[in-house]
Amino acid sequence: MGSEDVKLISFWVSPFAKRVEWALKLKGVEYEYIEEDIFNKSSLLLELNPVHKKVPVLVHGHKPIAESFIILEYIDETWNQYPLLPHHPYQRAHARFWAATAEEMLMEAAWIGMCTSGDDQENAVKAAREAMEKIEEEIKGKKFFGGENIGYLDIALGWIPYWTPVWEEVGSMQIIEPLRFPGITAWMTNFLNHPVIKDSLPPREDMLVYFHSRRKALSSSFQGRFKF
Amino acid sequence: MCQTAVIRDDFCHTSSFCVQIIIKFKQMSKLPFEPAMGDEVILLNFWLSPYGMRVRIALEEKSIKYENREEDLSNKSALLLQMNPVHKKIPVLIHNGKPICESLIAVEYIDEVWNDQSPLLPSDPHQRSQARFWADYVDTKIYETAIRFWRTEGREKEAAREEFLECIELLEEQLGNEPYFGGKNFGFVDVALVPLFCYFNTFSLYAKFIHEAQYPKIVAWAKRCTQKESVSKCFPKEQDVKQNFPQK
Repeated sequence: MGSEDVKLISFWVSPFAKRVEWALKLKGVEYEYIEEDIFNKSSLLLELNPVHKKVPVLVHGHKPIAESFIILEYIDETWNQYPLLPHHPYQRAHARFWAATAEEMLMEAAWIGMCTSGDDQENAVKAAREAMEKIEEEIKGKKFFGGENIGYLDIALGWIPYWTPVWEEVGSMQIIEPLRFPGITAWMTNFLNHPVIKDSLPPREDMLVYFHSRRKALSSSFQGRFKF
Repeated sequence: MCQTAVIRDDFCHTSSFCVQIIIKFKQMSKLPFEPAMGDEVILLNFWLSPYGMRVRIALEEKSIKYENREEDLSNKSALLLQMNPVHKKIPVLIHNGKPICESLIAVEYIDEVWNDQSPLLPSDPHQRSQARFWADYVDTKIYETAIRFWRTEGREKEAAREEFLECIELLEEQLGNEPYFGGKNFGFVDVALVPLFCYFNTFSLYAKFIHEAQYPKIVAWAKRCTQKESVSKCFPKEQDVKQNFPQK
C-alpha cells in the first residue's frame, strides 16, 4: 500500500485532527499537512467534507475520509505497520467502546466546564471526574491503554494529557486530581514523553490564548452542545 | 484447540483424509476467530429499541443462534448492570460471557467474528470508511433529529422536522440506484438505519412526512428491507407499538 498522495486537512489546535497526525506519524506515513482556518472555511474543505464541513479530513489518492475515529480505522487498515487496534475482535470492540464513551462523557463535560462557571461548571467538572474514574479502571497496571505501545485508545484519549490542563487553566477548574487518578496521571507522562507525541504538540501559550477567546465567545451563548 | 487435535489424528490415516485436512485448513484461514462449538450468544434487549433491533438484525442476517432476552427497563436485571456498568443500557451482546455494548460496535463485532457469511462491511478500506461514515451520520443526525421531532412541540418540532427531511434528502442521494446502502447487498448502513423505519411503518409517517413522491428511493428501500426475514422478524408487531405509543 503506497503512501503516495496523502494529505491531512487540519487545524493546529484541534484534538480531533491531532489524533490523525499521531496515527500517521506512528506508522511512518508521509503526508502533506494543510492548515485550515475553521472560522473562514476554504472551498477545499467544503468540497472534501460537504456533510459536516469539519476537520480533520484525510485525503488518500484523491479520496477523502472524514471523522477522526473513522480515519484512524482507515489508516490502520491501509498501512499494516505499527497496528493501532488490537488483533482480537473482542479487544477491538473494547477499545472502540472506550474511545466513544470517553468522547461522549469526558470530552463533552471537560469542554462545558471550560466554557462555563458557577453551578454549570461545577456539574460539568463532577461529570468529567466521574468519567475519569471509569477510565482510570481501564489503565490500571498498564503503561499505555494499548499495552506496551501506544494504540488506538491512547490516540483517542490523547487530548487528555495536553488539552485538559489548558482547559483547566482557562476555566479555572480542576478535573485531573493526581491522587484520585494515579493511573491516568502516570499514563499522561508516558504519553507526552513518547518521541512522536512530544514533537507534535502545539505551543501551550498559543493554546491558552486561543481557548481563552473561545470561552469568552461561547460562555454567553452556551447551548449545551459540543461546539469546538 | 480441538481442530489441531483432529488434524494430528488425520495425519495418521490414508490420503483420502488429506482432503479433509485441506478443507479444515481452508476453514481455519477463512475463520481466524471461528466461533467455537457451543458458542453462547445472548442479546439483552428491549422490544421497542431500534438499537437492539440493529444487533438482532445482524445476528439474523448471519443465521447466528442466539437468545434474545427481554429487559424490563424500569427494573434492570443484575446481569445488565453487571455487563454494562458504564451506561446500564441495552442492547448488550454477550458472547461466551463477554459483553459488547453500543449497537454499532456490537454489529461490527458480529461482522468480524462471524465473517464467513453475509458480510455487512465491505472489504476495501475506503468503502469501509464510507460505510462507517454514513452509519455515524445515521446515528448523529437522523436518529437525533427524529428523537427531537418526537419529543418537542411547536417551533422546535418544526425545526427538527425540517432538519430531519434534509438528512433524508442526503440519504436519498447517497442511495443512488443501488438496492441498499451496502450496494447490491444489505450492509452496515442498512442495519443502522432500518430500525427507525419500523416506527414510520406503524404510524403511517410516510404519509405524514416521508412522501413517496419526494423520496422514492428511500421509501422503496424501506419496503425492500422490511421484506427481508432478518428485518421483519426483529420489528415489533404494529398493534403492540400502537398500544405503547400515543398517536402523535
